[in-house]
Amino acid sequence: MSSADRFRTPSGGRIDRARRHGFTFDGRPYEGVAGDTLASALLANGVHLTGRSFKYHRPRGILAAGSEEPNALVTVSRDAARVTPNLRATQVELYDGLSAESQNRWPSLQRDFGRINDRLSAFFPAGFYYKTFMWPKTAWKALYEPLIRRAAGLGRAPTQADPDRYAQRYAHCDVLVVGAGPAGIAAALAAADGGARVILCDETAEFGGSLLSESNALIDGQPASAWVHTAIASLAKSGRVTLLARTTAFGYFPHNLVGLNQRLSDHLPRPPESQPRERLWQVRARSVVLATGAIERPLVFPGNDRPGILLASAAHTYLNRYGVRVGRRAVVVTAGDEAYQAALDLNAAGVAIAAVADLRSEAVGALPDAVRRAGIEVLPGSTVLGTDGELRVNAITLGRVQGGTVHAGQRVACDSVLMSGGFTPSVHLFSQSRGKLKWHDELKAFVPGSSAERECSAGACRGVCDLADVLADGAAAGAAAAPQPNHAQRRFDVDAPKRRSGAYLGILPQAEAPSSDKSFVDWQHDVTTRDLGLATREGFRSIEHVKRYTTTGMATDQGKTSNLNAMAIVAKHLDVAVPQVGLTTFRMPYTPVTFGSMAGISRGDLFDPVRTTPTHSWAAAKGAVFENVGLWKRARYFPRGGEDMHAAVARECRAVRDACGIFDASTLGKIEVVGPDAVEFMNRMYVNNWSTLGVGRSRYGILLREDGFVFDDGVVARTGADRFHVTTTTGGAPRVLALMEDYRQTEWPDLEVWLTSTTEQWAVIALQGPNARRVLETLVEEIDISAAAWPHMSVGRGRICGVPMLLFRVSFTGELGFEINVPADFGLAVWETVYAAGQAHGITEYGTETMHVLRAEKGYIIVGQDTDGTVTPDDAGLAWAIGKNKADFVGKRSLERPSMKAATRRQLVGLRTKDPRIVLEEGAQVAAMPGQKPPMELIGHVTSSYASSVLGHSIALAVIAGGRARLGQTLYVPMPGGDLAVEVAAPVFYDPAGARINA
Amino acid sequence: MLLIACPYCGERPEIEFSYGGQAHLARPPQPSQLDDQAWAEFLYMRSNTRGVYAERWRHSRGCGQFFNALRDTTTDHFLAVYKRDEAQPALSSEGRPPSEAHEPPAPRERSP
Repeated sequence: MSSADRFRTPSGGRIDRARRHGFTFDGRPYEGVAGDTLASALLANGVHLTGRSFKYHRPRGILAAGSEEPNALVTVSRDAARVTPNLRATQVELYDGLSAESQNRWPSLQRDFGRINDRLSAFFPAGFYYKTFMWPKTAWKALYEPLIRRAAGLGRAPTQADPDRYAQRYAHCDVLVVGAGPAGIAAALAAADGGARVILCDETAEFGGSLLSESNALIDGQPASAWVHTAIASLAKSGRVTLLARTTAFGYFPHNLVGLNQRLSDHLPRPPESQPRERLWQVRARSVVLATGAIERPLVFPGNDRPGILLASAAHTYLNRYGVRVGRRAVVVTAGDEAYQAALDLNAAGVAIAAVADLRSEAVGALPDAVRRAGIEVLPGSTVLGTDGELRVNAITLGRVQGGTVHAGQRVACDSVLMSGGFTPSVHLFSQSRGKLKWHDELKAFVPGSSAERECSAGACRGVCDLADVLADGAAAGAAAAPQPNHAQRRFDVDAPKRRSGAYLGILPQAEAPSSDKSFVDWQHDVTTRDLGLATREGFRSIEHVKRYTTTGMATDQGKTSNLNAMAIVAKHLDVAVPQVGLTTFRMPYTPVTFGSMAGISRGDLFDPVRTTPTHSWAAAKGAVFENVGLWKRARYFPRGGEDMHAAVARECRAVRDACGIFDASTLGKIEVVGPDAVEFMNRMYVNNWSTLGVGRSRYGILLREDGFVFDDGVVARTGADRFHVTTTTGGAPRVLALMEDYRQTEWPDLEVWLTSTTEQWAVIALQGPNARRVLETLVEEIDISAAAWPHMSVGRGRICGVPMLLFRVSFTGELGFEINVPADFGLAVWETVYAAGQAHGITEYGTETMHVLRAEKGYIIVGQDTDGTVTPDDAGLAWAIGKNKADFVGKRSLERPSMKAATRRQLVGLRTKDPRIVLEEGAQVAAMPGQKPPMELIGHVTSSYASSVLGHSIALAVIAGGRARLGQTLYVPMPGGDLAVEVAAPVFYDPAGARINA
Repeated sequence: MLLIACPYCGERPEIEFSYGGQAHLARPPQPSQLDDQAWAEFLYMRSNTRGVYAERWRHSRGCGQFFNALRDTTTDHFLAVYKRDEAQPALSSEGRPPSEAHEPPAPRERSP
C-alpha cells in the first residue's frame, strides 16, 4: 500500500481509486485520486498541517471540508504568471501535476520562525495595530508599513500579468436557486414543474451538497446520492434548467440581481487555450430561492486549533465522499446528534472512536443508542479543558460539568478531535439582499425573518434540519416561485433516522484555574476569547466596533465559522442577551472572487473606450506625442529631430505667431439647436443675448449653472434663422446637452426646439496665424474670406476640396484664424490638402500643449482649469459677455446674491514672476505677505502657467482675492525652496489691443 | 444594480439612467421676484425623505427622456414611474400604487 492509501478506505466515496493524480505540496510529491480535493488528498496522505496562523504562526490543520475553511489557505501555481494565492485547499480540485504551497511560514511549515510570536503573544493583544504603530510618525513609511505588509499572513500576488481570459455574461430566469443540496434540488424540481426557467448553481464540482456524504438515508427508496443523480438528470432533461456547477453566488444586489462566479478550467490539468478561466454571471431573477445550507460551528476551548481538530461534519464528508479517514483514533465532542452519525460511520470504517463527549447533560435517542451499541463510550455532561500536541493533536483533556461546577476529567490520547457546536444557517446572501434576520433560540443562530426582495430561503439556511422537512421546504419554495404555482405536486419519501439537534455558543465551561492555552474564536485572524474580553474591558460595546478592534470576522472567510461564537462571548462579557449584541454586516463576496473575473475583457486596449480624431493616423505617423483628454487621444506636440516637449512647443508657438499653424480641434463638443424657439431657448440658457446675433455670425457664449457659476463656454454660431451650431469644451458636451435637455423637457416643454449632438459628425481643422488666409484662399469655394468681406467671428457654408464645409473665422490663439468644419469622414483628406497647400506659407502642425500656451498668452480661460465650479463670469473677467437688459437666464438670479458681487472674490489676473525664467507650478498657492509659516494666509492660486518663447518670459494665470484691484502689486508664491515673488498683471500678455486677430 | 422601468422604453438596468434629484420642483417663472432666502430655498433645499420619495430620472443612455419615479429610499423599491406631465400617482394604504410599475416583493414570513 502506497503512502497515499494510508488513510484511504478500500471502497466507497465518490472517487476513482484507479485514476492516480500526482501532486506536490510545498515541493514534496504526493498522490491522490480522481475526485479528491487538495484537502482530501492531503488527509489521505496523513497530512493535517497545512498552514501557519496569521498572527501567532501556530500550526494549523484542515478544519472544514467546504468554502468555510479558515486554515488551509494555499497558493496554487501553474507557471510564473498563473499563481493564485489564498485558495481554500478544501475547494481546490485535484488534478494530475497540481502544485500547491502553504503560506505564512518561513523557512518551512514544520519549522516556522514566526512561531515565536505565539510565545510573545502578550505583546500582540487586541488592537495591537492601533496601539503599536503609532510613533514616531516618520517610522510609518520606512519601517512599520513594510513590516506589516510582510508579516500579513496571506499569500503573495503573482508578479506577472494574468495571461488567462475571463468571460462575463448576463442571464435572466424565473427562478434562481442558489445551492444544490437537498433543498435546492427539490426547489429546482418544483420550480421546473411549474414551468419556470431555472438556474441552479452550486459552488462545488458536484451537485448534491450534504446528500453526497449521507450514509444512512433513503429518498424515494434510493440511497441519497443515487437520488441526486436521478434528480439532476431529470433537471438536465427538462430543457428549462441551466445547471451551473463550480459556480459561487457571491453577491446579492438590489432587485434580484445576483452575481455568480463560475470557475471553468481551474480543475483541469491542461486548460484548453480556447476556454476562459472564469465566467462572471449577472443573473436577474424574477424570484430567488436561497438554499445555501448551514455551516457547522467549531467549539471554543483551550488549544482548539491544533492540527487534527476538525469539524465533525468535515470528518464525515471526508470519509463518505472522499473515502478518507481523518485519523486512527478520534474523540468526538458535540452539542447535538449529527456528530453521532459521523462517529458511527468512522467507527465502521476502522477509526477508533475513543469517546463521544456530549456537552448536553444527557445523550438519549436513536443515534446515541446506536453509538453505545457499537461499543463506543458516550460521556454526557462533558466539557473540554485542553489539548496537547505540537504539530498534531495527541491528547484531549475532558472535564465533567455537574451542577454548574467543572470537575477535572480524563486525558484521552487521540490523533483527531471531531467537534460540533451545532449548525449556523448560511444567511449571508439573504442578509445581503437586505432581508431582516431573527433569532432562533433553539439553534442559537440567526435565521431569515422577512424578505426584502422576491426571495425565499429554504432548508438548512433557514433552520430546517430534518432531511424530510428540508426536501419539503425546498419543494414548497420552488413551487411558490414558479410562474404557475402548483403546490403539493412534489412529495419525497424519506427514510432516515431522526436527529435531535443541539447547539452551543461561546467558550466551553472551564475549571476555576483554566488552561493557559489560547481558545480561538476566529481561526483565520487568530482572535482568541481573551482578545474579545480585552476589547469589552477597554470599553467597546458595539459588535461592529469589537469586530474592527479585534479584527474578528474580518479575514477572507468573513467569519463563517466564528461570528456567532464571537457574538456570544461579547454578549456574556456585556451581560446582555445574545441577539441584543446583533450581527455584523454581511458583505459581498461570499468567498473571494478574482479581479480577473470582475474585469472580464475590460483590460489593456479594452479597459476604456478610446476616441480618436479623423487625423489621428496622420498625427501618429508624424510622431505626435498624445495625451488623454477624457476618452480622447489628442496630439499634444509634434517633436522633430529629438526635440523635447519644451523645444517642440516653443517652435510650434513661434510658427503660429509668425506664419501659420494647423491644429485638430475635432474634439470640441458640438450641439445643433434647432427650431422656431431656438433663439428664445438660447437666450434662456446662455448669459449672452442671442437675439442680436445675425445669421452668419458667431459669438463667445457662456453657460452657467443655476447657482451662477461658470459651467461651460464655447463659440456659438447662428447658422440659420432657426438654428445654432453650439460648441462646448472638449469634455463638456454630454453634460451641456444633459443640462439643456433638462430645461427643455422639464422647465420649458412649451418651447419648440430640438437638440442634437453633432460632436462626432464634424472634423474641425483650425488654421491659425498671419498666413492662414493665404493658405485657405486657394481652397475655399463659395465664400469670400477677404478681410473686408469676412471679419472676425464670421460663419458661412461653402465648400473645400469639393466637400461641404461650415467655416468659422475664429481664434483661440489671438491670431487671424479659421476653423474648417467638414463631415468627419472627409477630415483627413481635407487636412492633408490644407497641409500641402500650406507648405508655401510655413504651415506647422501643432498640438494641445502649444494651443494652451497660445491661449494663455491671450488670457483665454479654459473652463475646468482656470475655473473650478466657484467662478462667476465676473470673477473670470467675462462680465462683458452677459447680455444687457435680459430679464432672465440660467444662473442670473444667483449672480444677484450679495456674496456673488463681493469685491473680495477671487478674480482672474495674470502673474509675472520677477525671475522671468521661473515657471510657476499650476495649483501653487499665492500669499500677500512673504515669509509666512503654516498656517499661512493665502489669497488665491495659480491656474495656468507656461514658459512663453514668444514673449521671452514665463506667464501665469491665477485667481486672486480682489485681484483686479491689485494690478502691479507684488505677491508671493510659497514653495519648498522659499517664496517666489510675482507681479500681478492683466491676464492678456500678448497683443492686448487685438490687432492681429482682426487682420 | 437597480432595475428601473422607463415609462417610454420599459425595464432597463440602472447604468442606462442618470439620477435627477427631487421631482416636482418647478423653476420659479420670474426668479428676479424672489428674495435671496426664497431663491436659496429653491436652489439648495431638498427634502431628503426617508421612505417614499418622488424623484427625477433620465434615461440618458436610452431615449434621453426625463421622467419621475416614486422610490422607497429605505428599500430602493420603485413604487411607480410616470411621465413628466403626469400627476404624482396616489399610493394605496399599503404604500403601493394601485398598479405596480415595478413589482415589489411579496414578503414571506414562515416559521421554521
